[in-house]
Amino acid sequence: MDSATKTAERLRIQIAATEEQLKNLKGQLADLEAQSLGNSFQNVSVQEELDPVTHEKWPLAAEDYKRYGRQMIVPNIGIQGQLRLKNASVLIVGAGGLGCPAAAYIAGAGVGTIGIVDGDEVETSNLHRQILHSTSKVGMKKVDSAILYLKSLNPNLKYNAHTSHLTPENSQGIVSQYDLVLDCTDHPTSRYLISDICVLLQKPLVSASALRTDGQLIVLNSPPLLAGNEAGGPCYRCVFPKPPPAESVVSCGDGGILGPVVGVMGVLQALEATKLIASGKLTSSGSEEAKKDASMLLFSTNSNPPFRSVRLRSRRPKCFACSAEAGLTLEGLSSGSLDYVLFCGINVPVSILGRDERIEAKEYAKLKTENRTDHLLVDVREKVQFDICSIEGSVNVPFSSFQGSRFKEGDGKQPTWIPQSLPPDAPIYVVCRLGNDSQVVTKRLKESGLNKNGRYIGDIKGGLKSWKEQVDSSWPEY
Amino acid sequence: MSSAEDIPIIVEFTGGLEMLFADERKHKLSVPAKDSKGDAVTVGWLVEYLCDELMRDMRKEMFVLDGHVRPGILVLINDADWELEGEATYALQPNDNILFVSTLHGG
Ligand SMILES: [Zn+2]
Repeated sequence: MDSATKTAERLRIQIAATEEQLKNLKGQLADLEAQSLGNSFQNVSVQEELDPVTHEKWPLAAEDYKRYGRQMIVPNIGIQGQLRLKNASVLIVGAGGLGCPAAAYIAGAGVGTIGIVDGDEVETSNLHRQILHSTSKVGMKKVDSAILYLKSLNPNLKYNAHTSHLTPENSQGIVSQYDLVLDCTDHPTSRYLISDICVLLQKPLVSASALRTDGQLIVLNSPPLLAGNEAGGPCYRCVFPKPPPAESVVSCGDGGILGPVVGVMGVLQALEATKLIASGKLTSSGSEEAKKDASMLLFSTNSNPPFRSVRLRSRRPKCFACSAEAGLTLEGLSSGSLDYVLFCGINVPVSILGRDERIEAKEYAKLKTENRTDHLLVDVREKVQFDICSIEGSVNVPFSSFQGSRFKEGDGKQPTWIPQSLPPDAPIYVVCRLGNDSQVVTKRLKESGLNKNGRYIGDIKGGLKSWKEQVDSSWPEY
Repeated sequence: MSSAEDIPIIVEFTGGLEMLFADERKHKLSVPAKDSKGDAVTVGWLVEYLCDELMRDMRKEMFVLDGHVRPGILVLINDADWELEGEATYALQPNDNILFVSTLHGG
């Protein structure tokens, strides 16, 4: 990029910032006017400025006083906080386990404009935690399902449906419409993208995540000052400059998730959003005073105490996104020159076995029913999964147990899970959920020398997913 | 007496890292005050020590990559980001709490 383009880019950012500031000032003025209206409704000069058609005496509709009364009488909110909520707009990225509870409380609280971004459709496996969706909505766009629920909860708000996933190309157009962003997504690629666009557009970001029994929450880019201003809050890249290796990223589909765990994290996101909005700290000018350390809230179901707050660093002096040396620009982002998928890496399916080391599920079924030979079927899923369903006669040796010191390569001894009665040349078949771990284990068993008596060791291609497709349609899909 | 030369510390793992350490989240350890060169032990030293002495799992790369704590793991010294405390060079003090947090991504 030449220096003219760079200057233009910087100007664009400054203009956006100034416009943002103007908007904030107007908002403050409106707040003040509304307040004086609330405090002294007999003031004629104020009354004259009221809506000429309705001649409303009050800044909120009559129903709103009832609807929001219980939160308005909380000192931290008050009428001013309620009006700020009404004038605010929040974007929720992801209508899943975090986004559903977050959206419900944000709509309940009366945030004037709510946008929801998600390209997915409702699946049955979502329903234990994604509380805005329901059985009858399976197959519907998550965004439409969520908004349907929210409208019945609070019809007095404006809802925007963004029914495809957030991308580098569409992110500016979507995010620029809102004051505050909630990251309710489930992958590092989207987390880096959302953080980057929030830095570029100066939006505070409330980010949460959850897996199994644990959750994490961070408020980022708050205050949302221009890149290079050290007083701004750190961004996702300040905290995590390098993405985790793809193989260390576990999804809820693979690792599991408890509904209330992700629910509590989504509710906390709504709470942080409400705090930021009602206290007038959405924009840089509203949050000048008392810069506090950024913190991360950790939640662990099985820890005592279950909540723990840790202190994080401030903005990173060489951050790619928010420092004075930042290489990130709106132009670069929206042109697609940043490949977030490449940056975070992809978990490619394992392919380490030759064709003769793998058998099809239906081949194995045939061999099993014909009972041709003695053999051993080793299921390497974790025990919790094995207990849900297993193939008759299989033995469970969890994948994780191969990672411990119990089974060392080439130590010559036969592992204890091989029955004494099994002939030394009897084949061993390895199976797992999808056919990835089974390859790793097959390879390791062969390397350990278990195949030295001419024994065949191979895995079932495609795992138990293929078993369901090819052999047993009744196999439970979990 | 070894007790004079040992430092009691608490090491905790969360966000799934505990799986690499026998599924135990909290480890009360007593570590030597000096390393093999006679220098005061640091958090950097502790990371190696944990790999060698405490970790039974073979997936070392899930904890340490290219000689550093792998990306996606936050190290907290007494509940503060270790980057606020000098990172790996921080000298361990008696009763320090060192927390390793693997970031979660699900939602
Ligand atoms: Zn940053």
